[in-house]
Amino acid sequence: MTNANLPRRSWIQRWHVKGFGWTALMVLLLIGSSKMTDVNVGMFFSNLDQFADLIVRMSNPTWDYLSVIIQPLIETIQMAILGTTIGTIFAIPFALMAAGNLVHNKFLRGFDRLVLDLVRTLPDLLLAAIFVAIFGIGSTAGVITLAIFSFGMISKLFYEVIETIDMGPLEAMESVGASKITIIWYAVLPQIMNQFVSYFLYTLEINVRASTVLGYLGAGGIGVYLQRSLNEFNYGATAVIILATIVVVLIIDGISNHLRRVLL
Amino acid sequence: MQAMMSNNKPHLSLWRRWNWLVWLIVVAVIYVWAIGGLQFTGLQESAGSVSKSIVHGLVNPDWKYVYNGSGEDLVSLILQTLAIAFLGTIISALISVPFAFWAARSEKEHYRLRSGSGKIVLTLIRTFPEIVLAIMFIKAVGPGSYAGVLAVSIHSIGMLGKLFSEAIENMDRGAEEAIVSAGGNSPQVFMLATLPTIMPEFISYTLYRFEIAVRSASILGMVGAGGIGTPMIFAIQTRNWPRVGIILLGIVVMVLLIDSLSEQLRKRLI
Repeated sequence: MTNANLPRRSWIQRWHVKGFGWTALMVLLLIGSSKMTDVNVGMFFSNLDQFADLIVRMSNPTWDYLSVIIQPLIETIQMAILGTTIGTIFAIPFALMAAGNLVHNKFLRGFDRLVLDLVRTLPDLLLAAIFVAIFGIGSTAGVITLAIFSFGMISKLFYEVIETIDMGPLEAMESVGASKITIIWYAVLPQIMNQFVSYFLYTLEINVRASTVLGYLGAGGIGVYLQRSLNEFNYGATAVIILATIVVVLIIDGISNHLRRVLL
Repeated sequence: MQAMMSNNKPHLSLWRRWNWLVWLIVVAVIYVWAIGGLQFTGLQESAGSVSKSIVHGLVNPDWKYVYNGSGEDLVSLILQTLAIAFLGTIISALISVPFAFWAARSEKEHYRLRSGSGKIVLTLIRTFPEIVLAIMFIKAVGPGSYAGVLAVSIHSIGMLGKLFSEAIENMDRGAEEAIVSAGGNSPQVFMLATLPTIMPEFISYTLYRFEIAVRSASILGMVGAGGIGTPMIFAIQTRNWPRVGIILLGIVVMVLLIDSLSEQLRKRLI
């Protein structure tokens, strides 16, 4: 009688059908994608001497090059700051419009989110290539690229924050007949300001990283020199650029992390 | 800063009263510096007509490019891009596991020499630009998607290793302790307790990283590392805007599909 109450494993559980199924699917996908990408483990090891040669040449940085790249490095940071700011300014109205607790019009909200989703699918370098074609080679193309890239990212982060706010102050102001703008200014903004600044800094970090390679396609900043040094096979200079970039990124990350900790 | 200043009250209130002004000045100085430092090239004379033809190309994409059986068409190259991202992410997830255990903090460790060094290594890998990695691998294995796979798999270690190590730090140790108290040795603890406990989180992070890898695989081709990026950069350089339009459309659809698929899978995992 007790045996009848024992949980019985179904046929699928007993033979681990799900586990084997997933494993088989993964193996098939792995085989398929290695066929498609011509992965050849042997080739990597037979060409290892070339790769080692590259590493050796990169491990002798030509430090003199540092004086050349300081100005473009500064330009890179300036591009990131401006791009993030422009993106944020445009993101705020879109974020307010996409927040479910502020805008009750489902169609408007859905359309807004669709636009934001579409913007976020575009990789930054791809945008850079297009804007270089429009604005010509230089930092303007970089700033616009970063602005659009941060617009997509910030508006999503912002509307998710707005959706978590306490609705009490809003209802109080609504009940005394305040206008939408007044409500946003006095009831919404004070609740979200710190998180906004924190996400702004986070996006700035990402944009500093992104802006260091945008120049590879001509969109200004340190990337221009990266491309030049690689094309001239001047790997010592490449190493200096990479090291300097890493230092700058780490400094910006450190400052931003500190500020965000103070804020939240 | 607040704790330091709370000892002398008057100073604190002065800072409290005026700190907004200090921040305002700091921010203003930063912006004056940023705007003043950049040279705006302004609009090119051709900008208007170029934008017009771009919009025209985006509205009238080159539909014939979608599939023509040559293996150089949109569908084949999108599949190749996905293959680069998939293979790169899987390889990187496997390499990331030892890195994660290296960088994960544990209570037994006193000076955090091991986890600290692991975290530094992961940060360095994460900061190393993926494009440069791709170019280095192109020198080693020649242009093509193989270089893209290698670049994605090495670059992703930085982020996956970090996420994995944080998952290990925050994991529930109950199962491990149970196996230890039943007399299990350390390989048994690892196989029967540690791995099953963190596996769902590892898989979830790997899926998330795959979403990012799809985006990077679609631009790595711009430097010659295979995938959809190569025809994209050619089309931009030759001002073939209908071709650019259809490739953009392809990338958008691919990214949206992969993102929603991965989101569904991740929801079922956790």
